[in-house]
Amino acid sequence: MHQAGHLAHQFEDLAQQKEASTLGMWAFLATELMFFGGALTCFVVYRSFYAHAFAQASREHMSIPLGTINTAVLLCSSLTVAMGVHFARHGQQRKLIVMLLATIFLAITFLCIKATEYYTEYRHELVPGLNFHYPPHHHEHPDRLTANPANVELFFCFYFFLTALHALHMIVGVGIFSVITVKAWRGAFSPEYYNPVEVSGLYWHFVDLVWIFLFPLLYLLH
Amino acid sequence: MALLVVTVVATYLPWGSRIGIVIAMAIAIIKATLVVLYFMHVKGSSGLTKVFVIAGLAWLAILMGITLADYHTRPWLSGEAAMTVQPQER
Repeated sequence: MHQAGHLAHQFEDLAQQKEASTLGMWAFLATELMFFGGALTCFVVYRSFYAHAFAQASREHMSIPLGTINTAVLLCSSLTVAMGVHFARHGQQRKLIVMLLATIFLAITFLCIKATEYYTEYRHELVPGLNFHYPPHHHEHPDRLTANPANVELFFCFYFFLTALHALHMIVGVGIFSVITVKAWRGAFSPEYYNPVEVSGLYWHFVDLVWIFLFPLLYLLH
Repeated sequence: MALLVVTVVATYLPWGSRIGIVIAMAIAIIKATLVVLYFMHVKGSSGLTKVFVIAGLAWLAILMGITLADYHTRPWLSGEAAMTVQPQER
């Protein structure tokens, strides 16, 4: 067991290195929290002033079933990541790789469902800057759509910005996990050195947390 | 952990408008707390890690709290609605 092989020279021991890298990831996650937090604060402010338009946009045009499925998919992917970290800690390489691949698969599932939602909104002419037209032509009862179209467009600006930002983070996460999976396949991790897996897991849990808050704010406004 | 999936379904039921968002947020906060404590291993981690987590959340709370307080006390201070700009017909 060559502990020194993984130990970078600036650290005294592996425990300190592990602590430092975990803290580094948490510092990054704190910046990400402010990034999404700023955007969400903006959304909350406008939602409180244009409540009627935002509620109507959410109620009429957001698919709650798809959103719920996506939330469940992402929560499961967090579970697979946590199990992967557990297997890494116990040196079970094959199960770790299975869990990592499961996470990647669930992430891609989420992104595919999101893409179909985006396509639907494109077809319904709800994309600001592209083809936004309100009330949309497909709606059965356009006289029920009493909100100010500009405010509905604002809702969709937020929707696309927030979910696209989140999807971008997910794509980066898929990339990170692909690299980690290849490294795991090559046997880079052991019970002594599995911190890259844990730290990637932290990032992924954060992405899941963002969605846990995005889902009720975007989909469940009535 | 599957409990978390169940709580998603529970938020489905449309209650009244104002209480609904409170309940949805409360459930989201509970889910988030569970994820942070257990999935992210914050519960068993060092004190310094917990400081980082709490600090990040504290700054977010300051950001959201003061911004919302600003916008929502504007009518109180100046006597007009805070968001009076509506798009005009051109």
